[in-house]
Amino acid sequence: MKTTLTVNGEDYSLDADTRTSLLDALRNHLNLTGTKKGCDHGQCGACTVMVNGRRINSCLTLACMHDSDEITTIEGLGDERNLSDMQQNFVKHDGFQCGYCTPGQICSATAMLEEFKAGWPSNVSGSLTASPELTDDEISERMSGNICRCAAYPNIVDAIRETAKGQS
Amino acid sequence: MKQFDYIRAGANSDVTGTPDATIIAGGTNLLDLMKLEVMTPDRLVDISRLDLKQITPTRDGGLRIGALVTNSDLAADMTVRSDYAALSSALLAGASGQLRNKATTGGNLLQRTRCYYFYDTDQPCNKRDPGSGCSAMEGANRLHAILGVTDKCIASHPSDMAVAMQMLGAEVEIEAADGVTRTVPLSDFYLIPTDPAVETVLQPGELITAVILPAPAEGRQTYRKVRDRASYAFAMVSVAARIKVTDGKITQAAIACGGIGSMPWRDPAVEEALIGQEPAREVFGKAADILLAEAAPKEGNAFKVPLARRTLIATLKELTGVQQ
Repeated sequence: MKTTLTVNGEDYSLDADTRTSLLDALRNHLNLTGTKKGCDHGQCGACTVMVNGRRINSCLTLACMHDSDEITTIEGLGDERNLSDMQQNFVKHDGFQCGYCTPGQICSATAMLEEFKAGWPSNVSGSLTASPELTDDEISERMSGNICRCAAYPNIVDAIRETAKGQS
Repeated sequence: MKQFDYIRAGANSDVTGTPDATIIAGGTNLLDLMKLEVMTPDRLVDISRLDLKQITPTRDGGLRIGALVTNSDLAADMTVRSDYAALSSALLAGASGQLRNKATTGGNLLQRTRCYYFYDTDQPCNKRDPGSGCSAMEGANRLHAILGVTDKCIASHPSDMAVAMQMLGAEVEIEAADGVTRTVPLSDFYLIPTDPAVETVLQPGELITAVILPAPAEGRQTYRKVRDRASYAFAMVSVAARIKVTDGKITQAAIACGGIGSMPWRDPAVEEALIGQEPAREVFGKAADILLAEAAPKEGNAFKVPLARRTLIATLKELTGVQQ
């Protein structure tokens, strides 16, 4: 099925089987292998990308459903010479060990801070209507869709906290 | 995954006119099931571009939530946060940030059970393969329901959102093939699993277009969820409740439970046992007795009987300020 995907600002024409997930389209058809396949069932978060600014699991959506959508992957956030603040802070705080979950963590965290800035409450927010503080509990709760089997969580939280401080 | 034809709906009639197609919206549950070949539709009709994404006030002071409003947008909506707090809390207690950004209101109502045997195509399952049997009866049944079960199926309904909506007295707006719209109270939407493959009153070709909430009700409301870990896990037991106390007596009560029923469970007799009473632990205990009178636990989920009792009592204490 012919689909146009706009990935990191560039248009790609895709003609893939309707069964192709957005994740497989990115990795196997567009050769954007920064996005990782972990569980392929929406449980681990390694495949997290942004679609029209929102973070989603790219394994649980079909590429053909995203015709003309704006997709941002880890490759679109920065590169070796020009890391985003979030990427820089993951390096600074050693927010990974094997690194496999890291692209998903960084995409998820980048979009999560936008959700936080928009005033979205979370399951650990004291009030549903007041603007919450970005405590470590808030970061952990909002990042619970990203699993790190190396358990680099404390350093991931440090990286996200520092990035948030830099934006405020 | 089996091959399928893909149709992108441009209008509601593209859905209601193709009753043999399976609807896909957010796809977070359906695609998971299709990968495992638990569901093998020949045709998918993609409704994600339909104009069903608005949250609008109704004429009688309630709220109309379009079927494609995402779980994250609904949880973050300021009217929901202030006037229907239990719904916002229930949504935020479910899934992950990524899934809530994709999952829709209509899809959440129709998500399938997480029974291990429903997911395992090597095992019999009356829901997936009617008449084949049920492995959960004598097998692993920790997740399973204790209320509204039959000798064919003990699967629990997994939704948090639907539990809060059940407590709030929501209605489901449904469009049929002839373009006619009907509304069904959520309390009449789900079916006891006498035929476990048929879970709701939806007919082929029908499309959920919205969920309608009544005008905000008085009193205090909350959603309490008990689960195996602090985040991103299904409820073992949950309680959505609203209580109004006037002059020391309970004058209004609405209670629904998750994790324990074949559907989001609301029992009017539990509410009737509370109304007119002074809030007290003994009163709450009697309400819990009524809730659980018909409970049919199995070996693996017997813990849900005392857990549901304690969770209901704790929730009612929280809402009424009872200390003991």
